Amino acid sequence: MFDHAQAAVEAALAAGARYADARVMDRRHESMNARNGEIEGLTQEGSVGLGVRALIGSGWGFFSTSDLTLQAAQAAGAQASAIAGASASVPGRDLELTPVEVCQDHWENPVTEDPLSVPLSEKGDMLVGATRTMVDHGADVALAGYDIWDTTKWLVSSEGHRIDQRIRECGARMDATANGESETQRRSYPGIRGQYGTRGWELVRELELEGNAARIAEEARELLTAPECPSHDATDLIIGSEQMALQIHESVGHAVELDRILGWEAAFAGTSWLDLSQIDELRFGSDLMNVTADATLPGALGSFGYDDEGTPAHPVDIVKDGIWVGVLSGRDSAALAGLPRSGGAVRGDGYNRLPMVRMTNVGLTPGTSSLEEMIAATDDGILVDTNRSWSIDDKRLNFQFGCEIGWEVKNGRLGRMLKNPTYTGIGPRFWGSLDMLGNASEWTFWGTPNCGKGQPGQIGHTGHPSVPCRFRGVRVGVRG
Amino acid sequence: MSDQLLAVCERVLALVGTDAEAEVTISAGTETLTRFATSFIHQNVADAARRIHLRVALDGRVSEASANQTDDETLSRLVRSTIDAAALQPVDPGWPGLAPKAPVPPVEHWDEATASAEPSERAERVGAFVAAADGLETAGFCSTDGSEVAFANSAGQRLSGRSTTALLDGIARTGTADGSGRAASAELVDLDGSVVGAEATRRACDAADATDLEPGRYEGVLGPSCVVNILGFLAIYGFNGRAVDEGRSFARVGERQFDAGITLADDVAHPMSVGIGFDAEGTPKRHVELVREGVTTGLSHDRRTAKALGAESTGNAIAGAGPWGALPANLVLEAGSPSPDELVAGVGRGLLVTDFWYTRILDPRTQVVTGLTRNGVWLVEDGRIARPVTNMRFTQSFVEALGPDQVRGVGSDLTLVGGATFGTGAYVVPSLHLASWNFTGGAKG
Repeated sequence: MFDHAQAAVEAALAAGARYADARVMDRRHESMNARNGEIEGLTQEGSVGLGVRALIGSGWGFFSTSDLTLQAAQAAGAQASAIAGASASVPGRDLELTPVEVCQDHWENPVTEDPLSVPLSEKGDMLVGATRTMVDHGADVALAGYDIWDTTKWLVSSEGHRIDQRIRECGARMDATANGESETQRRSYPGIRGQYGTRGWELVRELELEGNAARIAEEARELLTAPECPSHDATDLIIGSEQMALQIHESVGHAVELDRILGWEAAFAGTSWLDLSQIDELRFGSDLMNVTADATLPGALGSFGYDDEGTPAHPVDIVKDGIWVGVLSGRDSAALAGLPRSGGAVRGDGYNRLPMVRMTNVGLTPGTSSLEEMIAATDDGILVDTNRSWSIDDKRLNFQFGCEIGWEVKNGRLGRMLKNPTYTGIGPRFWGSLDMLGNASEWTFWGTPNCGKGQPGQIGHTGHPSVPCRFRGVRVGVRG
Repeated sequence: MSDQLLAVCERVLALVGTDAEAEVTISAGTETLTRFATSFIHQNVADAARRIHLRVALDGRVSEASANQTDDETLSRLVRSTIDAAALQPVDPGWPGLAPKAPVPPVEHWDEATASAEPSERAERVGAFVAAADGLETAGFCSTDGSEVAFANSAGQRLSGRSTTALLDGIARTGTADGSGRAASAELVDLDGSVVGAEATRRACDAADATDLEPGRYEGVLGPSCVVNILGFLAIYGFNGRAVDEGRSFARVGERQFDAGITLADDVAHPMSVGIGFDAEGTPKRHVELVREGVTTGLSHDRRTAKALGAESTGNAIAGAGPWGALPANLVLEAGSPSPDELVAGVGRGLLVTDFWYTRILDPRTQVVTGLTRNGVWLVEDGRIARPVTNMRFTQSFVEALGPDQVRGVGSDLTLVGGATFGTGAYVVPSLHLASWNFTGGAKG
């Protein structure tokens, strides 16, 4: 496959590109779903193809094909250059690339149990068992499923990169829905998106779906008669680590994507409230807030050996002691921003998508408090967990998030269960109110397998190490 | 090409033989997109796409798989692995069987020139958009897609279809406001970059120097892209047969659940629609009425949900969307008489909204959705635009907003808007004037 990528790169250069790279990707995806004790679907998808980028002037041209002959690879390279050439009719400043050490390497993430080798019957029994238990304990609709991705990619660049990687990912999810007179309530486990990582089937076994099925079904039913989360303009809010993963993803991760900051995503995903002139000065949150983007974290969903430009994975500080200090970047965006090197955050979703800046593992560094301590320290507040809805403006500033479940916290103790908890805020004001941060014992590497970005649309797999946190003076209970 | 694609389907069915029930879909074509930001083309892509999808059932044990190569070895492996996987599955009690042989109504949303459009043609339209902005910063894209699809199953159904879609969508930015312009058609020749760019520029300039407005309930005139957003949620979480089967839907057939001004159907044959005449299960699409003058009259079904509810498939199965259910991809909301300007003239005190952004559902039963406005919002008083306002957050039940006596006007501006149904369809809709919309916050919280 290196030969095909090489042929594409050489053809792109011959057709006028000053830089080119090509990826051949072979991806397998298996998913199975169960509903109410019955298997509903098993899908096994395979795709293999080549995608080549060519840089001419101020724009990238990209062409992808599933035809894996050398002749087709050469044609793809030429096409990519022709497309880049057409871009020159609406030009900007020439795009430069930050330097990156050229290497030839192989990388793959370790797995204990190859997920594709686990018998289908065993996987099916797991899902059937979990959904049956949920139904037995009150769920009207009980869903469970898993996904496995096994991706091998070969990268060649005109600078001499020759890197192949095999990345195996898997995870699972389940949820129980209870139908009331005029509403539905749902409880998910381990979270709304499940839990995913760059690990083998051992991750799914550790989730113990069956062992948590009864609890979430009972909670879904209990939520139907739980009191509504009250509305407060300002209250103490304790957020569980799964919801914190979403908070980080939406209000930090996307805000620090350099292509957004530069305006390259303005028409669709949006821009960012962050201004590069304020990096190293702007206060993003309280002193407790430390965020890194780290693609080297073992087993986290956003981990890899090299990004799709051949930049080796490495940790990048994003927020340090509450001050914004870093961005997620690629070679072209880093160059335009005057950064010395790429942040190694460029990936494409499949061979037929242009690689672009995506989150890696963007997460909080743990603090020193436990969830118990947060509750004990709260006189009047609310604890919420498990994301249910999420909405944020196009600058990643004004957000409103809803959770599946909440509890009153009164005088240091957990009280009544609450339904439909929502909270809203403005990013830096919200993060500035962070006053208690969970410790390492509660640090979870949450995986988000469905981050959407780009035109045409791409799905990114991102990781978010997070812990429970407490925030002060938050508006909760926003209703329609 | 359709004969070639059908020939591949026949090869796959021949490999399956009499071992199982089987259905095969193969799609091939070119998807291209020219993207621009900060007023230059920064990403320009094209994909020669091909996909083969096989679903088999062995006495009700079901499995499906896909590949993107058509050589003998790949197809043999595809068939063998899919049948082997099905044999290991338990019987699926919901398996509805294959679609029977049935003719497809004539639907042809195809334009050869669009299917073979060159990058220079898209770049030309982008250039015209940028020029029309007269110095304002611009961003957006121009895309052309041409896809041919063939379907065959072991029940004798043989179908082929093809469709093209051209989109031009972008914003102009003043520094304090963005304004959007967009156009969609089956034919690239219909898209005029200077017209779309001028529309975006006018909106941006009219929205410049916006000021805040107090949250609260306001009348609203919602542009077509907002209406598409609303209908997408009603479709997925409401009219979807699966949502009804699971007790999560608001829809109750026979009840007056909407304003009398609402008549809604799924209709790929509408002259402004795009798409092909059959769904992912080989069921011919047809005109499916969902709401007539405010009364819910129908639901959308794939073969599974139809079996579960004792109905017939309405041809709304979407490839890969099985767990989601039946999703209408070609909704058409019947237009009214007043122009958008006349709708605005009928507002006492309310907001004119261009686009919605980041809408998410809080409860599928109540259809309460939260989201934000984008690309131009104006306060209207006594029928006149008073001033631009900053973006606002809303939390609103979409069903209630279109409920009885809640629709004060349905516009005449029937518009094709792409990217509907969370990206899988394109709807034809006008603007709406609604009696009440709940804005729960400003841009600053």
